[in-house]
Amino acid sequence: MSEFESLLYPYPIDYEEVNEVSADVVVLGGGIAGCWAAIAAAKKGLKVVLVEKGATIRSGCNGPGVDHWANALTNPACPISPEEFVEATLECADGWFNGLTQYISCRDSYECLLEVEQMGVKVRDTEDEFKGADFRDEKTKLLYAHDEENKYVILLWGTGVKPALYNECTRLGVRIFDRIAASSLLTEGGQQGARVIGATGVHVRTGAFYVFKAKAVVMGLSVPKRVWTFSQELGGLFAHLGPNTSVGSGHAMAWKAGAAFNTMERSGKVSGGFSAFVDCSARTEGAWEPCGLVDSRGKEVPWIDRDGNVLDSIEARNKLAPGQKFNLSYPGTGWKHYYPWVPKYEFRRNTIIRDLGERANKGEFVPPFYGDTPGLPETYRRKIWGFMIGQEGTTRIMIYKHYLESGFDPEKDMVQYYGHYAGSGGYTGSPSGPEAWRELRAGPAAGGLLVDWDMRTTLEGLYAAGECVWATGGHSIAATTGRWAGRHAADYARQASEPVVSSDQVQQERARVYAPVRRERSIAKGAVDWKEFNLGISRTMQLYCPKTKNDEMLKIGLIQLQEFRESEGQRVFAREPHELMRALEAYDILEVGEIILNASLARKASCDSLEFYRLDYPEDDPPEWHKFLTVSQDNGKPKVGELSMNFWGSLEDNYESHYSPEE
Amino acid sequence: MEPYTVYTYPSVSTCGQPIIINEEVCTGCNACVEVCPIDVFAPNRETGKAPHVQHPDECYSCGVCVMHCPLSDEGAIDYRHPIMWAVRWKRKETGEHFRLGVADPPDPSRTPPVPGGKNWGGGGTW
Repeated sequence: MSEFESLLYPYPIDYEEVNEVSADVVVLGGGIAGCWAAIAAAKKGLKVVLVEKGATIRSGCNGPGVDHWANALTNPACPISPEEFVEATLECADGWFNGLTQYISCRDSYECLLEVEQMGVKVRDTEDEFKGADFRDEKTKLLYAHDEENKYVILLWGTGVKPALYNECTRLGVRIFDRIAASSLLTEGGQQGARVIGATGVHVRTGAFYVFKAKAVVMGLSVPKRVWTFSQELGGLFAHLGPNTSVGSGHAMAWKAGAAFNTMERSGKVSGGFSAFVDCSARTEGAWEPCGLVDSRGKEVPWIDRDGNVLDSIEARNKLAPGQKFNLSYPGTGWKHYYPWVPKYEFRRNTIIRDLGERANKGEFVPPFYGDTPGLPETYRRKIWGFMIGQEGTTRIMIYKHYLESGFDPEKDMVQYYGHYAGSGGYTGSPSGPEAWRELRAGPAAGGLLVDWDMRTTLEGLYAAGECVWATGGHSIAATTGRWAGRHAADYARQASEPVVSSDQVQQERARVYAPVRRERSIAKGAVDWKEFNLGISRTMQLYCPKTKNDEMLKIGLIQLQEFRESEGQRVFAREPHELMRALEAYDILEVGEIILNASLARKASCDSLEFYRLDYPEDDPPEWHKFLTVSQDNGKPKVGELSMNFWGSLEDNYESHYSPEE
Repeated sequence: MEPYTVYTYPSVSTCGQPIIINEEVCTGCNACVEVCPIDVFAPNRETGKAPHVQHPDECYSCGVCVMHCPLSDEGAIDYRHPIMWAVRWKRKETGEHFRLGVADPPDPSRTPPVPGGKNWGGGGTW
């Protein structure tokens, strides 16, 4: 049935029910990071509970699949070291990147891939379908992407990863609580800043309440994915690179509990949404594969190396420039402006000409452009369509199946490249909407929870992994940090005292979460629909935290969010648990907005590398502001801290001294 | 608790209808309902009947409903692009122009480039 209609609500509802669950370790979020944390803690013999808002078997940003396994520096074919790789990524990001989690990932990534293989996921070309391809290692049968000479990104048949992780959790006795939205963290004595001893949650179908008591909590929730945008023109409520239920509830509850966040002032223009990756095979920055681009008359757009030399053959496009040791072709490293161009010459890769827009405007090329998959060698065509699209999260069905069944044939057809809508000089990606539509970026460039070498947050008992950690994102980084955080949470839980939950804190949270279902529902009497509330928050962020900001705008933004909390927020209603989930998400988006506004107020300087621009402090990254800023709440008041660049210290020494082995 | 009647409401924020269920083929097993991370679906109150696509505007196009449907190859459920996302393409040899959802599409590709051939993950064989 597809007509919009009201139905009898399909599930039994009980807003009175309270379920109490105890465990040694509670993991919030059943995505990649959460599953790895749960597995790691369970392998140490602890009682583990996993709490997931959707269905763990397929939820999270890579629920449907993954194609690239990044940071596999220790695989036998890779000649570069984790140390030099992390140094390069930090250099490309001008230092505004998480060296700590990047290093853990580079050391552990390949080991985690082998664990995934043990769980039954195919990671080698055992059927020799790519025999003889440039990007295949004939001995190990591993397939590589991006820098084919240094081989630090491995392709995998990744649609099976989530079911495999789910099965592994089940095998190890992890108790999985699906369809429960975590709503708050419980702290000792109910105090902000105190040890974290559990969490609460609401069942998104029945509305039942859950109290999860634990010696340690691992936060595996996502980066906030919709703060500035709530658009009717963008797809599916619009959340870039993930489910639209990933609104940053982890950030919101950790903020309320008193945890510190790093780099939350950073945001960038929304980088997708209109086209839902329709043209990814055509975009050099989308596929990072050597697909040609032709104009409407069939004229090929030249590929160039870092020195501007035109590359004549398709094979040369994935090779290094003369004298280059390695390139950073993977956009998972948080460098300036995220996609367009690796900023540092030393690590720059080959790509199409960068002045395509100007040259097209002068008439040299005639838009629209098309991705020339028919012109590729068969192995590369299957690499892009078979892996990039066939195994990657969300594109397997949406693009691979749907396009092919609709008559598109990558051997014969050239998909239109929608970059020509991007405006003069753009031509590098999909159209992306107004400047004020911003996002916290994908994990590698987004702010988030501050963690130490144990991946513990600033709160005792609270560990974090994956995208909710500052400047930490991507599948393999979620896996490696999840495993690391799960082990350390387990080590802590072993010696931690039995938690005592504050019944006041539980009662206050119950009152908060159920308020929307008990409120007036008549719009005429002042009731506010969750969508209007949500859009009001998003519009506040668009107006008062746009690309270029000043103290006055940011302060008005904070005042307006506070007004929304105390006024309209007290009138938001929900008629059933699904609406309640959305209403609670809107409250969390408001909290995230406050973190961002406070962090933005704290930085009294512009910083181009952070895509952070101040009208009142226009100087770019003056030396006295070349430092990380943290924000947290202390007794309900925002508190700013600072950290020097490279505050994590020696990568190798700290890794070794904080390594917790599997048991 | 007092028994009372509660409805589930469509809350339309976008106009797309990305999920198509063929009620003739669907057996109402609810595999899609159970795997959807968003709860786009509502199970049918009648056992064996197709679920309702209750929140199509909240679908984020992940496709796992199709991947987990035991009858997806038979057409019980499918994903289609809302038309604002309908991409165009050009056949290189002939210059013919097509669009997703065009009335008279070319024959589907018979040699899917994905390793292992046609396997959408249907029937749990991901």
